[in-house]
Amino acid sequence: MNIENQLFTISVYTENNIGLLNRVSAIFQRRGINIESLNISPSEIEGVAKFTIVVNMAEDNVKKIIGQLEKQVEVIKAYYHDLDNIIYQISGLFKIKSELLFEERQIQNIIKESNARIVTVNKDFFVLEKSGKKDEIVELYNQLSVFGIMQYTRSGLIGITKEEMKISTLLETYNN
Amino acid sequence: METQTIKNKEKSTKTTERISGSEAIVRSLIEEGVKILYGYPGGAIMPVYDELYKYQDKIHHVLTRHEQGATHSAQGYARISGEVGVAIATSGPGATNLITGIADAQIDSTPMVCITGQVFSHLLGSDAFQETDIVGISTPVTKWNCQVTKASEIPEVIAKAFYIARSGRPGPVLVDITKDAQIEEFDFSYEKCTKVRSYSPVPKTNISSLKAAAELINSAKKPLVVWGQGVILSEAEEAFKAVIEKAGIPSAWTILGASAIPTRHPLNVGMVGMHGNYAPNILTNECDVLIAVGMRFDDRVTGKLDEYAKQAKVIHFEIDPAEIDKNVKTDVAVLGDAKASLEAILPLINENSHTDWHQKFKDLYEVEYEKVIKNDIHPTKEGLTMGEVLNQINIYSKGNAAIVSDVGQHQMIACRYAEFNKTKSNITSGGLGTMGFGLPAAIGAKMAAPDREVVSISGDGGYQMTIQELGTIFQQKAAVKVVVLNNDFLGMVRQWQQLFFDKRYASTEMVNPNFVAIAEGYYIKARKVTKREDLADAVKEMMESKEAYFLEVCVEKEGNVFPMIPTGASVSDVRLS
Repeated sequence: MNIENQLFTISVYTENNIGLLNRVSAIFQRRGINIESLNISPSEIEGVAKFTIVVNMAEDNVKKIIGQLEKQVEVIKAYYHDLDNIIYQISGLFKIKSELLFEERQIQNIIKESNARIVTVNKDFFVLEKSGKKDEIVELYNQLSVFGIMQYTRSGLIGITKEEMKISTLLETYNN
Repeated sequence: METQTIKNKEKSTKTTERISGSEAIVRSLIEEGVKILYGYPGGAIMPVYDELYKYQDKIHHVLTRHEQGATHSAQGYARISGEVGVAIATSGPGATNLITGIADAQIDSTPMVCITGQVFSHLLGSDAFQETDIVGISTPVTKWNCQVTKASEIPEVIAKAFYIARSGRPGPVLVDITKDAQIEEFDFSYEKCTKVRSYSPVPKTNISSLKAAAELINSAKKPLVVWGQGVILSEAEEAFKAVIEKAGIPSAWTILGASAIPTRHPLNVGMVGMHGNYAPNILTNECDVLIAVGMRFDDRVTGKLDEYAKQAKVIHFEIDPAEIDKNVKTDVAVLGDAKASLEAILPLINENSHTDWHQKFKDLYEVEYEKVIKNDIHPTKEGLTMGEVLNQINIYSKGNAAIVSDVGQHQMIACRYAEFNKTKSNITSGGLGTMGFGLPAAIGAKMAAPDREVVSISGDGGYQMTIQELGTIFQQKAAVKVVVLNNDFLGMVRQWQQLFFDKRYASTEMVNPNFVAIAEGYYIKARKVTKREDLADAVKEMMESKEAYFLEVCVEKEGNVFPMIPTGASVSDVRLS
């Protein structure tokens, strides 16, 4: 029995139809599961959308969720992985007053050491972008927040699996 | 909407015809073989009703007295016939009133298509009169749903709706159609849907799982089969009988599995679950191999999961992969359609009789008979029992009637004691437990199978939740036999209050109206029985009636249903008193 909670990504390949987000999220809501992060994007297959959902739960329950997801008519296939088995990235965006860039020497060091990228600069503010693991973005947030952050946002996790996803072959069999 | 229907290879040879969306809806229903549909008109669906008027010689619309009644009638229609039931309603309250029936059909896997009218598409999201987000509301309780805003999408979406509703594990589908899509004209042609890319209704059966299952069955010393509605839905009755007869396995049913094989079949050992029979409940925790066929290990079946059949190897024949290991850990899962799987396993299993094991069921039945059944169906003390009413109905139905029950004590008694010779004869709300289901479901059942005797059995509580459907019986001349077992209580809740809440009967006593007068108000023949000596004659009169008949039987006020597994207790802790 795998009943200890841990982070999993759930990848759901679906038709790209209105209302499907509602149907997918209802599966989590009904069972009182909090979605840690959610990203919906096109997938490697034309016309097929990919949901990447991060949850903190026990593996036995993740398996049941996969079953419920795949049961939906417009869901083609769902997979789950622990974070060790995917290559993943999260992005953070930070909007900071431009004057701080010159007044606070420290900020320049933080930018350099964190490998963050300056996206834009104008006379009022500049925008920093940082991609990586969640901890790295949180670390950058913590360092910058002492100087004051005008706006901060973090994206959902997106990931590519180490193992092959047999979704294309599966679709071929459906089409035939 | 971008539908992903794979077009049928044989292109329809029909030429297209320029018609309105509303006419296309009715024509699509006719194409799907719909002869009867249940509904209630209103603003946003009026163009469709206008077409129903035009096509009334091809498709019969039944005006129920409430949209909930329309869904339950459609369910009753589907359950007795195996066909898709159809309900139709207007937008807003018409649509929301369908939800209870849709939720009921979802949890009981009943094929149903609901069509709702919707406000003009340019008004969507503007809080227009009778606008409601029915697609959003119905999402968690439908197998699939969809909104249509263009007339040209109608035939393809309706074809897809029927295909999804009836294929695989059946369920309810809702199609919401805006008024402008109903009015708009387009070139109509119809093709049935046979495939949806993202949807595989029946999983492939793994040969090795069949072999593993057969091996377990052949080596079992004390096997027990528990079957559910899956046997009925896949029309696997004969294949199922062949398997249990060859292997000589005692077989018990869930509430929705009832009637799949005759009540008096020698291998039929009764119902499992909260108010099921003593032997199969006790012996669930003694069997060595538990073979579940088309059932889903509902909590009312399993009681405390941690103490459910822990000693047994579990084989699960199931069409829905999400059910495997959901509640009970399975040793061998046989995915696929029950009929195909059972036919495939038949040659792999050995003949057996398990005589000693059967004797245990017989012995425990004797215990239950002495302590419960005898007093239920042949009572000697004062006060009519629900069980003796069922016994009388059996005498006159000879087990050939379809019994449509509502929810509560009378439902458990009806399912425990009704005799069934024919499949698809036990129509009840099992999963959702919807009070008010019975009367409208019986109307649908009777209209789908006019040659069959259909007996609706309700309590005084549930009956009053959809009592207005007597109007539908009257208008449609549906010859439904309506029995109300009246104890002037919400009996099942009262029983729980007696057993678990120190007899504090909070809001369970009912001050009831003159039910006979109400039935007679709808010009339905009616009779009330208060004494045992009148019961047989009244039941006979009811069963012999060619038209609808209402029978109220005043039963003992504080009768209880036993056996009973209290919530959270193990199946083997089933109580007889």
